[in-house]
Amino acid sequence: MIKLTNINFQYPNSDFRLTVDNLNFQLGSTSAIIGPSGFGKTTLLNLISGICIPQSGSVEVNDKSVSNMTDTERRNFRLLNIGFIFQDFKLLDYLKVIDNILLPFRINKALKLNSKCKVRAAELAAMLSIEDKLTKFPGELSHGERQRVAICRALLNDPPILLADEPTGNLDPENKRKIMHILFEYVQNKESTLITVTHDHELLKGFDQVVDFKRLYKN
Amino acid sequence: MRQSIYLAYKYISFHKTRSIVLIFSLSIIIYLPNGLKKLIIKSEAQMIKRAEATPLIIGAKGSSTDLVINTLYFQQEKTASITMEALAKLNTTGFGYAIPVLSMFSARNFPIVGTDLDYFNFRKLELLSGRWMSFVGECVIGSLVAEKLDIGVGDSLVSSPENFFDLAGVYPLKMNVVGVLEPAYSPDDQAVFVDIKTNWVIMGLGHGHEDLAQTNDPTIVLERESTEVKAGAKLYMYNTISRENMDNFHFHGDVSSYPLSSLIFVPNDHKSETILRGRYASGEFEEQVIVPADVVNNLLQRIFRIKQVFDTVFILVGVSTLLILGLIVALSVRLRKNEIYTMFAIGSSRGKVVEIIACELLILTGNSLFLAGILYSITGFFVEDFIQNIIL
Repeated sequence: MIKLTNINFQYPNSDFRLTVDNLNFQLGSTSAIIGPSGFGKTTLLNLISGICIPQSGSVEVNDKSVSNMTDTERRNFRLLNIGFIFQDFKLLDYLKVIDNILLPFRINKALKLNSKCKVRAAELAAMLSIEDKLTKFPGELSHGERQRVAICRALLNDPPILLADEPTGNLDPENKRKIMHILFEYVQNKESTLITVTHDHELLKGFDQVVDFKRLYKN
Repeated sequence: MRQSIYLAYKYISFHKTRSIVLIFSLSIIIYLPNGLKKLIIKSEAQMIKRAEATPLIIGAKGSSTDLVINTLYFQQEKTASITMEALAKLNTTGFGYAIPVLSMFSARNFPIVGTDLDYFNFRKLELLSGRWMSFVGECVIGSLVAEKLDIGVGDSLVSSPENFFDLAGVYPLKMNVVGVLEPAYSPDDQAVFVDIKTNWVIMGLGHGHEDLAQTNDPTIVLERESTEVKAGAKLYMYNTISRENMDNFHFHGDVSSYPLSSLIFVPNDHKSETILRGRYASGEFEEQVIVPADVVNNLLQRIFRIKQVFDTVFILVGVSTLLILGLIVALSVRLRKNEIYTMFAIGSSRGKVVEIIACELLILTGNSLFLAGILYSITGFFVEDFIQNIIL
């Protein structure tokens, strides 16, 4: 279970404040977070992943308090347990696609870069139909292709929790359908948890749980 | 660490132009003070070497620096001359032998040095081709003169007139090149060596013309007495010395009063040198005696003071460069804020990011040092030529 209790978070030098009294996500389920822009949906994902730490309240994943971990513990927790698909992909323009996919393995000793993960990267690339783009730079790819590279990177370590921030944003219907199919298939095969932020109401019917931020605040 | 180096390398190679400019700028900053230092040290060594290889210089009283520079480097600074009498007087002392040096004229910007064959033995100069000069009007040229003017044995070289408007002054003399010296990496490579008499001919103290005893042309012979013949301007003066006209060359006046720039004196031993210097100090001779090494050392000490100013300037430039580099790094980190955030978000520690940036700096600095090293080696390779062509 992912539990957020009495969360109070504010970015430094910003008026924005996120307050969540109580919010739970079942492990092995799929959840969609919807709501207007600027309500803190991305911030919520950042809190779950430990990128941000709340000023008060607690974030627990599988009874482990993420907010009470040290920096190193939180980093390792994130690397080993969470696959994060960022809204703006966060690909490094000077690295080729294959290096971007393998980047988490190059920047943290908790993950070992070996031939096995290189094979896995190639498999994922093939699964997402970008196997011929591995030696290209992100700047040479289309929006959809970059999206798939970001997904490859998030899935490489077979994380038990997948956080996706608008993974289908700016994609055409065909690509949207493909991306969501891949994510759901992954969750089903690996019995993972998927929490997705989306604006696309057409996608909601496939999710086990829908969290409407607008309603959450009203309540 | 390996992964950090890999990522740093990827960043640098992606931003090729920026990296090349940075490496080039850094290497120039590293190279310049060191290259200049090497040049100064080598120049000092070269100057000292030649000065130390010349035991004593004797010349007219006046600037000892000018005298040394004239005698060692043939710079033709205006100094008073001495006479052949001084040479004769010195040779009678029995303390050693004197080598005359007369350097007042040039041929196509290379100094003409009048001397005798002892000079070549003394400087251990060898011939690359041809033979030593043995007649008036012949010259032996240094290796650089041959290379730059593209001339060799069998060619000729004309002395440059001092003044185009001085019709009664020095006439150019066409000299025959009979020998080319092997490179000595010294000012000798840039000199045109002639017999001292050839130099006097260039000065106008000796000349050649048709035999006046054989002509009765009244437009040439103006007045004829038993001991003296006066000739007019129509008399043809030879501007080249050949085997055919050599007998018609002659010197007027007392040769012992003919000028010399200076004398290189090679004493038999240290005792002879000391006694001779003592006799000069006591005023027995009109000229001055100089130990060239002392003068050059004095000169170099002055240059060394200038070098200290250079060093200070380079330190200041270095500090400014480091500050600018620091600013570049700071601005670069700011510009790469998103990239660094991505690293953190994906799972990198602060230390890892610092390590990657440090690796980038190391690669850039390492390459700059390597390039500076290559430039430094190239300097070492060409420093002799540079000193010879520019400094000496």
